[in-house]
Amino acid sequence: MFKILEKRELAPSIKLFVIEAPLVAKKARPGQFVILRIKEGGERIPLTIADYNSENGTVTIVFQEVGKTTQELGTLEAGDYIQDFVGPLGVPVEFPNHKKVLGIGGGLGIAPLYPKLKMLHQQGVEVVSIIGARTAELLILEEEIKAVSDRMYVCTDDGSKGRHGFVTVVLKELLEQGEKFDEIIIIGPPILMKIGSEITKPYGIPTMVSLNPIMVDGTGMCGGCRVTVDGEIKFACVDGPAFDGHKVDFDELIKRLATYKEEEKISLERFNEAHECK
Amino acid sequence: MPLNRSKKKTPMPTQKPEVRRRNFNEVALGYSEEEAVSEAQRCLQCKKPGCVEGCPVQVQIPQFIKRIAERDFEGAIKIIKETNSLPAICGRVCPQETQCEKNCVLGKVGEPVAIGRLERFAADWERAKGIHPPVIPKKLGKKVAIIGSGPAGLACAGDLAKLGYDVTIFEALHKPGGVLVYGIPEFRLPKIIVEQEVEFIQQLGVEIKTNMVMGKVLTIDDLFEMGYEAVFIGTGAGLPKFMGIPGENYLDVYSANEFLTRINLMKAYSFPNTDTPIKVGKKVAVIGGGNVAMDAARSAIRMGADEVHIVYRRSEEEMPARKEEFENAKEEGIIFDFLTNPVRIIGNENGWVKGIECIRMELGEPDASGRRRPVPIMGSEFIMDVETVVIAIGTGPNPLLTKPLKA
Ligand SMILES: Cc1cc2nc3c(=O)[nH]c(=O)nc-3n(C[C@H](O)[C@H](O)[C@H](O)COP(=O)(O)OP(=O)(O)OC[C@H]3O[C@@H](n4cnc5c(N)ncnc54)[C@H](O)[C@@H]3O)c2cc1C
Ligand SMILES: Cc1cc2nc3c(=O)[nH]c(=O)nc-3n(C[C@H](O)[C@H](O)[C@H](O)COP(=O)(O)OP(=O)(O)OC[C@H]3O[C@@H](n4cnc5c(N)ncnc54)[C@H](O)[C@@H]3O)c2cc1C
Ligand code: SF4
Ligand code: SF4
Ligand code: FES
Ligand SMILES: [Mg+2]
Repeated sequence: MFKILEKRELAPSIKLFVIEAPLVAKKARPGQFVILRIKEGGERIPLTIADYNSENGTVTIVFQEVGKTTQELGTLEAGDYIQDFVGPLGVPVEFPNHKKVLGIGGGLGIAPLYPKLKMLHQQGVEVVSIIGARTAELLILEEEIKAVSDRMYVCTDDGSKGRHGFVTVVLKELLEQGEKFDEIIIIGPPILMKIGSEITKPYGIPTMVSLNPIMVDGTGMCGGCRVTVDGEIKFACVDGPAFDGHKVDFDELIKRLATYKEEEKISLERFNEAHECK
Repeated sequence: MPLNRSKKKTPMPTQKPEVRRRNFNEVALGYSEEEAVSEAQRCLQCKKPGCVEGCPVQVQIPQFIKRIAERDFEGAIKIIKETNSLPAICGRVCPQETQCEKNCVLGKVGEPVAIGRLERFAADWERAKGIHPPVIPKKLGKKVAIIGSGPAGLACAGDLAKLGYDVTIFEALHKPGGVLVYGIPEFRLPKIIVEQEVEFIQQLGVEIKTNMVMGKVLTIDDLFEMGYEAVFIGTGAGLPKFMGIPGENYLDVYSANEFLTRINLMKAYSFPNTDTPIKVGKKVAVIGGGNVAMDAARSAIRMGADEVHIVYRRSEEEMPARKEEFENAKEEGIIFDFLTNPVRIIGNENGWVKGIECIRMELGEPDASGRRRPVPIMGSEFIMDVETVVIAIGTGPNPLLTKPLKA
């Protein structure tokens, strides 16, 4: 059992938990994730390690309530326990000789972007960031990203904060102005990672994306998380989740993410009914 | 002691095929005391028993069978447990026909003694009565770590604990048992039985830590630093193989591992009472001819599929599945398409499977393994309409779990 030490609401339906998980915290590195199961009968869902503190033995997760399991998770409070919490999974990211990096986070993608930029900043790399959300209210971790960036751009789809428009608009501008980066990291909804990667490709700038296919075990055993990268099957849980954005088959990923749409709806409806009765 | 001279095994009572094909309850129901005693009376009590040689854990087979024949069931299970900590599991899923029963003298003139069924009987008899807490051995004060809680890890843990070692098992998943819990279906091996045998291992003093992906959360070096003096690696096979044909990433194409894990470990058969979903269409094709393919096909029928095909590129003779499981599958209405090889999976624009294109095969010259090699018959392509495809062509080593372990 893993104790929730702290709960914060970052935005409507986006929550942050600090979890007591000393072994995970000790080995965690940017780019890795955990898989959790709330209770017996629950499903296993992957969540990125948004931050970790190996001294305090804590791991931070940030999640958006999109369906049954994340909504149920959101009902838990500080002091409650999560049955299973396993990690750190996936391959940590590394940026050996970088001098300047651009990090782009869309919506919830800002959470997984944060530990990477934090590491880069600590390594003394120049960090430029572009973060965006649908509305100002939904923009998360602005202060945290700012603290690890040399320059930050904020965008909202509705113009309620920062630039009016998508993060890719700013990305285009920077590249058109001739700004150079050793690497660009794009994390967010698959469609954003797809369009972003298409924009950076003609410039030949290495572009890292973090994929979010449906996972079960997270140990390379089931193959459910397979994605096509450079024409080859890769298992995102053991080969990723970070990949070269110029080589990912995003259309396939987007289709596969819809596999259980019908079942997810049934599951959520039942959960909501049970909750209204109480 | 009277001898039963029947050339055949005492039949195993089973659920009727037309009933069991729609439920996940155990297929084989187990011998009654009378049936067990009668089967035990077939054993000739050989002075040099071939059966024991065939058993990987050297169960003292004639001795335990003699106890059953004498109705000393307590004595029987005690003898089995001297060398085997997982008798209820082994009695059910050991491939007896290639192990203990292969060498039984009775097999030369008829059917061998039903050693597996008798072992299962003794174990079930004990469970029904309540398992005696084992005598905890004197501790040696030496710590051993075991990675993986499949049958290999559990058996090793049991043996070491009986010798007095302090044993800790580290398991990646949330539940111990390995293939016993995520792969082999409930109807062949009820999970409650796995739980009870795991409990017995724990009663021997073995500690089991779940949610521990070794190589990620702890390395082998960490284990030695923590005072473990030896490490046993029982991580099984990982990485499911795919065929490398077009369409394998369509939405309702599963590896057998994923299909069975969702159903068994995650209990998708209870969805939406449990949270893990699965897609099983009206028509399902399972590719492969091994035990895993049989398990996947028989699970698909139980999940409500109307028609389930097993597509295998060789013929019935070459099929590696156990004969018993093949018979069970046929009785349950699984359709076998032998000498048939998929060449591509066909899907619609949203990625849902519509069918598989297959080609008929014929057997050519024997290959290195001595089996006749299947070769395609040109122009014999045809399309099989299916909505779900399960690929059960084997697994390879898992790089993640071995790479960091060695480093
Ligand atoms: C490596 C990785 C890291 C992730 N990190 C985060 C994170 O930090 N914060 C966050 O909010 N979300 C993250 N996700 C996505 C998160 O796992 C899903 O939002 C969650 O599983 C949805 O579960 P649900 O039951 O609430 O919703 P559902 O209604 O069941 O699903 C909503 C959608 O989420 C996706 N999904 C469903 N089940 C899974 C699953 N088992 N694995 C992956 N995706 C699934 C599907 O596209 C589905 O349509 C990550 C996913 C991956 C693969
Ligand atoms: C569907 C199916 C049906 C089968 N039916 C039969 C049958 O009827 N009879 C028969 O004899 N054989 C059968 N087999 C084969 C048999 O299950 C295997 O030979 C046997 O399970 C191997 O045991 P194991 O303990 O080596 O591995 P596994 O059972 O695979 O167990 C390995 C365990 O290690 C864990 N693990 C892996 N990596 C790590 C890590 N890095 N850290 C921590 N834990 C880790 C895994 O999660 C797993 O729990 C079947 C196999 C399958 C898939
Ligand atoms: S069933 Fe398995 S464990 Fe039991 S005697 Fe036969 S081979 Fe040995
Ligand atoms: S070989 Fe057969 S008959 Fe002989 S002891 Fe073993 S089980 Fe009995
Ligand atoms: S989640 Fe099962 S192999 Fe990646
Ligand atoms: Mg869900």
